[in-house]
Amino acid sequence: MTLPAEFWTYLKVVLLVATVPAIVGFVVVLAERRLMGFMQARLGPNRVGPQGTLQGVADLVKLVTKEDIMPAKAERAVYFLAPVLAVIPALTALAVIPFGPPVRIGKVMVPLWVADINVGLLFLLAITSIGVYGIILGGWSSNNKYSLLGGLRSAAQLVSYEVPMGLALVSVLLMTRSLSLPEIVRRQEATHLWFVFPGLVAFFVYFVSGIAETNRNPFDLPEAESELVSGFNTEYSGVKFAFFFLGEYTAMIIISCVAVTVFFGGWLAPFPHVPALRFLSVIPPAVWFLAKVAVFLFGYIWFRSTFPRYRFDQLMALGWKWLIPVSLGNILAVAAAILLFPGRTTGLVWLSWIFGGCFAVLFVLSRLRRALARRDRLSATPHAVEG
Amino acid sequence: MTQAEKDEAAYFARRAAEAGVARPAGGSPDAPAEEHTLFDVQEMELNFGPQHPSTHGVLRLVLKVDGERILEAKPDVGYLHRGTEKLFETETYPMGIPHTDRMDYVAAATNNHAFCLTIEKLLGVEIPRRAQLVRVILDELQRLSSHLVWLGTSGIDLGAVTPFWYAFREREQILDFFEEYCGARLTLNCMRIGGLPFDLTPGWTERVLEFIDDLPARIDDYEQLLTDNRIWKMRTVGVGVISAEECIEWGLTGPIIRASGKEWDLRRAQPYECYDELDFVVPTRQGGDTYDRYIVRVQEMRQSARIIRQCLERLEPGEIRGKVPRVIKPVAEEVYASVESPKGELGFYCVSNGTNRPYRMHVRPPSFINLQALPRLAKGHLVSDLVALIGTIDIVLGEVDR
Repeated sequence: MTLPAEFWTYLKVVLLVATVPAIVGFVVVLAERRLMGFMQARLGPNRVGPQGTLQGVADLVKLVTKEDIMPAKAERAVYFLAPVLAVIPALTALAVIPFGPPVRIGKVMVPLWVADINVGLLFLLAITSIGVYGIILGGWSSNNKYSLLGGLRSAAQLVSYEVPMGLALVSVLLMTRSLSLPEIVRRQEATHLWFVFPGLVAFFVYFVSGIAETNRNPFDLPEAESELVSGFNTEYSGVKFAFFFLGEYTAMIIISCVAVTVFFGGWLAPFPHVPALRFLSVIPPAVWFLAKVAVFLFGYIWFRSTFPRYRFDQLMALGWKWLIPVSLGNILAVAAAILLFPGRTTGLVWLSWIFGGCFAVLFVLSRLRRALARRDRLSATPHAVEG
Repeated sequence: MTQAEKDEAAYFARRAAEAGVARPAGGSPDAPAEEHTLFDVQEMELNFGPQHPSTHGVLRLVLKVDGERILEAKPDVGYLHRGTEKLFETETYPMGIPHTDRMDYVAAATNNHAFCLTIEKLLGVEIPRRAQLVRVILDELQRLSSHLVWLGTSGIDLGAVTPFWYAFREREQILDFFEEYCGARLTLNCMRIGGLPFDLTPGWTERVLEFIDDLPARIDDYEQLLTDNRIWKMRTVGVGVISAEECIEWGLTGPIIRASGKEWDLRRAQPYECYDELDFVVPTRQGGDTYDRYIVRVQEMRQSARIIRQCLERLEPGEIRGKVPRVIKPVAEEVYASVESPKGELGFYCVSNGTNRPYRMHVRPPSFINLQALPRLAKGHLVSDLVALIGTIDIVLGEVDR
């Protein structure tokens, strides 16, 4: 029996659409709540199912059976459209993520991505920026002042953080000469170099903007529980709220997937060309990919429980006055490194060492500064230290 | 702008120039409101509270905002008004104590203390030494727990969720001590006119000492998360600056005035009980902004721990209640007594007419008086800062509305 050529594609689409919401609901949210509980000296949800594993089911049942409220003065069509706009682009963007190299199933090689578009990265940026409209329109159409402020905030924030995000990825394009995501991973395999090393600055800018794009702490201004009472989604309930929720978490996963693919070698095991680390390739590539994504998601959760929230003007200042100039300068640095050396890789290796050195020096300096500040503070008020 | 507003703005500018206080860019209350704008600017009226999560209770603020910038903030209080002052008049003196619990409900012990101190002043009762020491211990434990609530909630207001859980972990322990002492955790009713209702339970002092030994390291934990955190500093430094002179004019007391550089603490300025023989520092800062108020409160927590330790060392067995008549019927007189509550000067003004009930009882609640400054502090700041400012004033609506 021969399967039609499209069979595997359809199967992958179905799997993605069916599993990602499930993963989001059951694994990521539970992991977030339990981990935050752990970090905050409390337990987190542990009642539903063993160790709270079925909390996702309970949440789902709650959200689905909840009354769907529409404010009387809401802009009905837009109000309905907004959550859809938040979730559909996020799920669509998953199509170009390469979860692993092609695997052999029977006689056919099945790639672990739905589509390998030659402008994959561009497609990702384009499609995820549509998700912004969901939030803006949701905030505006609710006809609630707090939601409106949330919508305004997100309009400014999300649009301005897309710029440094795109610029950060441009510097990677200089290294890869390709926008196709599987090609970017193969290129990292060929150069024996994860692009996080020459692209340290780009990665930093990308990830910071990524957190801002997904409205997560410390950039969760459009929601800002304590200021805007959930901001754009204040008026949403039931399934519509679940859609926003799903959209946000899927966007988180996508940002992490892209960071892994572009900067951390995608499905590659760490340093596959080093003989001492060969044994790491025992673990299948797809598992490596998911493990790396999990590390990033952990980072998201960690940030959430560590940082206070930026203020709106400070957020804009950070984006426009720091991230954009830094990423522009980074493009110049990467271009120079590539042009100065004959082989494309030599320059990148040099760049890695320079960036790594700068990073180490800055890290040490910041620790020093912090220690000095603490000493000054304690010496300013006598007898403050001893009980 | 009306003439009154212009006068007010000019006044603030003059005060700021005199005090030499640096104001944050764009955050000055005297920023020109009239500008040439390309588009029609519409002011939005935003109703902030009383069900808003960051108003620390049922405070309602009517905001006039231009985008997110606050042009005007009008507090509307009274949603928790319980007529406490009137209730005092209808009941005998000892029956007033439980009502004080419900004023500043996160710091009941200091409320009890201020009330009892007033009536004791009226009666001229001598308090036994043991009762004085235990009162100070209870006060300082209460100060710790109140500051911990403040630390946690004002952290949450600025999006830092984790310190809340750490702060409340320690607060639970303090509430356990209160529960062991008097059976209640929040509305303590833990003092009586002339002394204390109960003696300490066996082992209580050791457990408190153990907690106090542990506390500086715990406070280090909170500071680790916040004090040097760049975002925390960005959100608090230069937000809501007020000078010491203005604090005096507005009647602001407690950590707010101390963060503006004035060393004013009733425990030091008008010592009551045995505070004059204890060795502690009144922490002050010069900046008068939200960050300095944060630092001052954290330092006060460290100092409270020192005070408790000293009192525990001095504790000796003895009487816990002075000689108080069975029926309290003071002579007709007017007295005022106050204590340094965690929020500032908490005072009671009592007019007695020779019966067993007060003729009039007036409360000077620090939360209410400190809250007055909110419109002045909030003007020109963003909505996000308003949340920080409500947190930094450290109000409890039970005390604001009474």
